[in-house]
Amino acid sequence: MSTTTDQRYTKVEPRKSFHLSMLLYDQRYRSITIQVFFLFMLMLGAAWLIDNTVNNLRALGKDFSFAFLNNPAGYDINQRPIEYNSQMTHGRAALVGLLNTLILAVLACVLATILGVIAGVLRLSNNWIVGRLMTVYVEVFRNIPTLLWILIFGAIMTEAMPAPSAFRGDAPSASMIFNESVAITNRGVYIPAIMFERDLGSFQIGPVAPSISWVLVIVIIAAGIWANKQLIAHATRVQNATGVRPKTWWKSILVLLGPIILFFFAMGAHLEYPELRGFNFAGGTHLRNSLIAMWLGLGIYTGAFVAENVRSGILAISKGQTEAAFALGLQPGKTMRLVILPQALRVIIPPLISQYLNITKNTSLGLAVGYMDLRSTLGGITINQTGRELEGMMLMMLIYLAISLTISGAMNVYNSRVKLKER
Amino acid sequence: MKKSVFVGAFAATAFVAGMAQAQTLQAILDRGELNCGVSTGLAGFSAPDANGVWQGFDVAKCRAIAAAVLDDPMAVNFVPTTGQTRFSALASGEVDMLARNTTWTFTRDIDLRLTFVGTNYYDGQGFMVTRELGVSSATELDGATVCIQTGTTTELNLADFFRANGMDYEPVPIETNAEAQQQYLAGACDVYTTDVSGLAATRASFEAPGDHVILPEVISKEPLGLVVRDGDKEWEGIVRWTLMALIAAEELGITSANVAEMAQGTDMPEVNRLLGTEGDFGAMLGLDSDWAVRAISAAGNYGEIFAANIGDQTPIGLARGLNAQWTQGGLMYAPPFR
Repeated sequence: MSTTTDQRYTKVEPRKSFHLSMLLYDQRYRSITIQVFFLFMLMLGAAWLIDNTVNNLRALGKDFSFAFLNNPAGYDINQRPIEYNSQMTHGRAALVGLLNTLILAVLACVLATILGVIAGVLRLSNNWIVGRLMTVYVEVFRNIPTLLWILIFGAIMTEAMPAPSAFRGDAPSASMIFNESVAITNRGVYIPAIMFERDLGSFQIGPVAPSISWVLVIVIIAAGIWANKQLIAHATRVQNATGVRPKTWWKSILVLLGPIILFFFAMGAHLEYPELRGFNFAGGTHLRNSLIAMWLGLGIYTGAFVAENVRSGILAISKGQTEAAFALGLQPGKTMRLVILPQALRVIIPPLISQYLNITKNTSLGLAVGYMDLRSTLGGITINQTGRELEGMMLMMLIYLAISLTISGAMNVYNSRVKLKER
Repeated sequence: MKKSVFVGAFAATAFVAGMAQAQTLQAILDRGELNCGVSTGLAGFSAPDANGVWQGFDVAKCRAIAAAVLDDPMAVNFVPTTGQTRFSALASGEVDMLARNTTWTFTRDIDLRLTFVGTNYYDGQGFMVTRELGVSSATELDGATVCIQTGTTTELNLADFFRANGMDYEPVPIETNAEAQQQYLAGACDVYTTDVSGLAATRASFEAPGDHVILPEVISKEPLGLVVRDGDKEWEGIVRWTLMALIAAEELGITSANVAEMAQGTDMPEVNRLLGTEGDFGAMLGLDSDWAVRAISAAGNYGEIFAANIGDQTPIGLARGLNAQWTQGGLMYAPPFR
């Protein structure tokens, strides 16, 4: 073949001795020389930064230590997912802040995904009004900075809602909604909480003490979902073998809801309603203004971006796929669910990952409305009270980096499951 | 050869970084302007007026120091700082000094490496509520929602006070006084807590100040000081003794009206030493002999500054109280000019 070389015609170069100038003029070495040079410069820059920091810290008489995390924090935090008081340590306060960050991120990601999928699909609607309405939503929310939306939602909650005192008296000017169970005030929204009469207490894992009852609830729900999956897989096998799909809907409902209802009944679950006591409502669950403003601000803003991702994913599937599905006799709903969406997901997921990361990072805007997230506790009050800016900031950056990489990793695993399987 | 160049460069960087610490005065003279960190706006203490010119009790201190150093009370660049940003701004050199409601505490002085040159105003933390709430004492505030500026000592005092009294509260953390005011007026919190002077100043800017009461409890000591960075004795001395000059001037009867006349020479030796007709105190500070005359002419002595900005003739209406001269039962006491 042509690739075999004939020794007779190959020009054999005499082996030249190595000169220093070859590092720059010989193509074989030049790229390595340049890379080594730039690596050297980079390391030099890093060394200079570290040296400068160390020198300046010494000039200020400060050392580099994380011991402050073990000192009492001294300040209170309003939203406490775990037990905390002002006598606990700065480290504990940072943990409370971290949990608040995660709670907000999860809530906002869920809201953004739901809104985004609905708006993205509806924007492609053949109904002119529905399509245009979704266009307005996407363009308005996408093009105004998220901080402004957060402040606007915060201001609406603070300025437009009635104070708790308005619910008081014989002729109150405000009243609770949903059969006296939900109170919307300018200090947040109070909703009923689920309480267990026969609570199982809590157990300690490291610094947190989760409630056994709620862990069981999660386990039962997860088990129900798993059982339901087996049920559907079994139905598919039967369908493949016999061509008739057995009815599964009542079994699914039984498996999904039965155990959890039984559990709630056995534990004596009941609702605790918020009621006006003293200055504020007490009892129930208090969703603070800051949480609501951040949740709505981040969720609705990012939802507009997700809507565009979803729309692009659906448009990426060629029209032929729909037509082929119709030709096979699939109904429009099934066409979307079985043919279009599974293929669209592989276009939707990668940009969705970055939207989830954006939400998580944007939770650090919480300070604007007084949401006590990681930035407000560790990066705000703790730094301010202890003067450990460098340590606090580095720790905070490290934590945000770890959260983001975890989300990114998890979503990449999901992506590799839905992406086009090429054989 | 190359290596030694880099080592040299490192050494030079470290040297320059060290020098920058010690030469605040020279930096101000070169710049022709004093960078003074103030609050983001607290009527009577530091807030821009209708023409955008900063006015107030804290602002007057900056102007006096600018007059002493640069011979121009208007050569001040006011940098608004929040409770969270003030110390970083000072440590990084963004401002030369802080003249805002900053409490002198042990950890700030020792651990944060700040230098409090003296007390500018003796204050204490209090509570403000609406009159219609019908609360007459801070001990009745169990379960209340409290608006609080984050990153301040008030945050810590509040936690201590409620814990000591076995009461519960819901903190609403807020960054600036203006935001706190808006939240409080909207009823998003029952109580606003900060230094009593700040409460009085905030209340004075309300539409109906009479609808709000400041509760009698003062739950902390809040000596508000002027602050500079550690490690520059020269600049620290200028700021400290300009403040002391203003306080001593009131005690010695030197006012903005008669300072020019007294600077001609009097038969009181301490006045002469202060105003530079005797001795060379100015030169010891690295300034000229008229420094105190200029500082006092800028906005008057301590008493005049107090009366003009926050005294009982102003809408803020604060009594001298602890801030009277020691000769009149207060705590204002300048060390001797000797």
